[in-house]
Amino acid sequence: MDPRSFEKVNDYCWEVPRTGDMNVPGRIFASEKLITEMDEKVREQVRNVACLPGIQAASMAMPDAHWGYGFSIGGVAAFDPDEGGIISMGGVGFDISCGVRTMKTGLIKDEVLPRLERLVDQFYSRVPAGVGSEGLIKLNTSQIDDMLLGGAEWAVKKGYGVKEDLAYIEERGRVDGADPAQVSATAKKRQEREMGTLGSGNHYLEVQVVDEIYDAQAAQAMGLRKDGVVISVHCGSRGLGHQIGTDYLRSLANAAQRFKLPIKDRELASAPITSPEGKAYFGAMSAGINCALANRQIITHLVREIFTDVFPEGRLTMLYDISHNTCKVESHVVKGEKKRLFVHRKGATRAFGPGEIDLPQEYRHAGQPVLIGGTMGTSSYILIGTKEGMRVAFGSACHGAGRSMSRTQAKKQWHGRDVVRSLEGQGILVRGHSYSGIAEEAPGSYKDVTEVVDSAHHANLARKVARVRPLACVKG
Amino acid sequence: MGKDILRSGFETFEHEADIGIRGFGTTLEEAFANAAAALYSVMVDITCVDQKEFRGVNVSADDQEQLLVEWLNALLAVSDIERMVFSKFEVRIEGNRLAGTAWGEHLDRTRHHAHVEVKGATYHMLGIRQEDGRFVAQCVVDV
Repeated sequence: MDPRSFEKVNDYCWEVPRTGDMNVPGRIFASEKLITEMDEKVREQVRNVACLPGIQAASMAMPDAHWGYGFSIGGVAAFDPDEGGIISMGGVGFDISCGVRTMKTGLIKDEVLPRLERLVDQFYSRVPAGVGSEGLIKLNTSQIDDMLLGGAEWAVKKGYGVKEDLAYIEERGRVDGADPAQVSATAKKRQEREMGTLGSGNHYLEVQVVDEIYDAQAAQAMGLRKDGVVISVHCGSRGLGHQIGTDYLRSLANAAQRFKLPIKDRELASAPITSPEGKAYFGAMSAGINCALANRQIITHLVREIFTDVFPEGRLTMLYDISHNTCKVESHVVKGEKKRLFVHRKGATRAFGPGEIDLPQEYRHAGQPVLIGGTMGTSSYILIGTKEGMRVAFGSACHGAGRSMSRTQAKKQWHGRDVVRSLEGQGILVRGHSYSGIAEEAPGSYKDVTEVVDSAHHANLARKVARVRPLACVKG
Repeated sequence: MGKDILRSGFETFEHEADIGIRGFGTTLEEAFANAAAALYSVMVDITCVDQKEFRGVNVSADDQEQLLVEWLNALLAVSDIERMVFSKFEVRIEGNRLAGTAWGEHLDRTRHHAHVEVKGATYHMLGIRQEDGRFVAQCVVDV
């Protein structure tokens, strides 16, 4: 897009002026370079969201924004139920509460490298991943309901992980408001054998090394040091989340018609927050969040077992767990007034600033860790939420690099085997369940994650703390 | 339905981070059946999927476009629940109701060249049209 077609707020914030049916302006947080490269459709989608009833402050897009269903990926919008605000399936997406969890090994690179191959081979063979994989536990319907209510807390009670893990998950591992009765029987059935599975596509399990520290104090608060090794998991709510998305895409698209909402795009599938349809979706979607949290908790348990087998001297502790496809009820100040809002983040990470009570004790002064996943060949970043981000973006930041090339194009350009070989040349071990899947995820098919993260940093949405680069990656 | 008809009766197309699927047919039913073949071609190599078992699917919707999405999503649910993939499809449409049958087998990740999961069929680029005397049914799927 042409940067001159926006009203420039500052070097990293570009405003789409309020015109026509828009209730608020649009705001895109990005460098001039990212804005220039950004898809024109992002502007259209930001405008469409700005027309939804009850929207607060601005319809926003994060630096990694690109086209998505209804909302852009990287779209953030908050709605007030008392002003006719809506809840939208298109503002959350199909993979509810997809997110990243990072764990610290307590070891440094030189200690890990000699046994790295053994570790990644064990991860590959023992952590269920890829199309049609099955988890190691099978749940019946009543157990699924307990899981949907309890999230990661449920998983810990079942013996997956330890109680200490919970403090390092948003909402301490369990969101309120989950209503299993609003989740269809089909959705539950799909999850029976999928607990503790990674999935496919861009989901991964990665061994990473801290190769740069930008903020020594915050890094220390998080227990990060240069050359320290961490393990990150990227996955979501699996079949259950996908089915909730499918079910409510239909019901909310119909509700939007029935309530005569000014919807510019059927995929914005919305209903008033206070309507029966809106409440049903919130209950189901919250259950989906708990499912994702339980799923990552079970995977954590598996990863720990494997890690301890290979490194009996190490101990995996939590850094943090973030979700980037959610709608959550949060308190934010709008025009000097504290309000209870339904904040949609689609392909956007919550990034709470210092002082928020939801944060674990040792991060409360610093701010919330923000985990940004890169690609197999490039770095990932750990940032921290800011007070400014709370003020301008409801405490939100980017979520990843964002694709710059279609999957079909990527497959034409690269072959999976070559991608694996080339990454091995760079010292990165890759294990994948599908070569074509690896080709689609080739690092070259993504935007430059550094440019994205630098934009979030300079826009003051979140501050850079550390950069980690992959040593080994298991792809679903 | 032989492999050649399957090959010529559907295609996939590029779309942003996801993939579009498109089925062709001399009837609406055939176009829907071929759209399902396109869907499974995203996940596996359907020419390697034997038609050992079948499953029935019944859906209804307010219009034909939504009916296509419902049909594809109902198949995805069966695949996920039963760990099955399909390579042959038959569809009957009466008004806004669809009765479909899918033939396939349990997923064998190696033999079927399992590739990527599909999270759901979406309303994006959803369309049913007639061109050059044939029906075309398409949408983008979220992977």
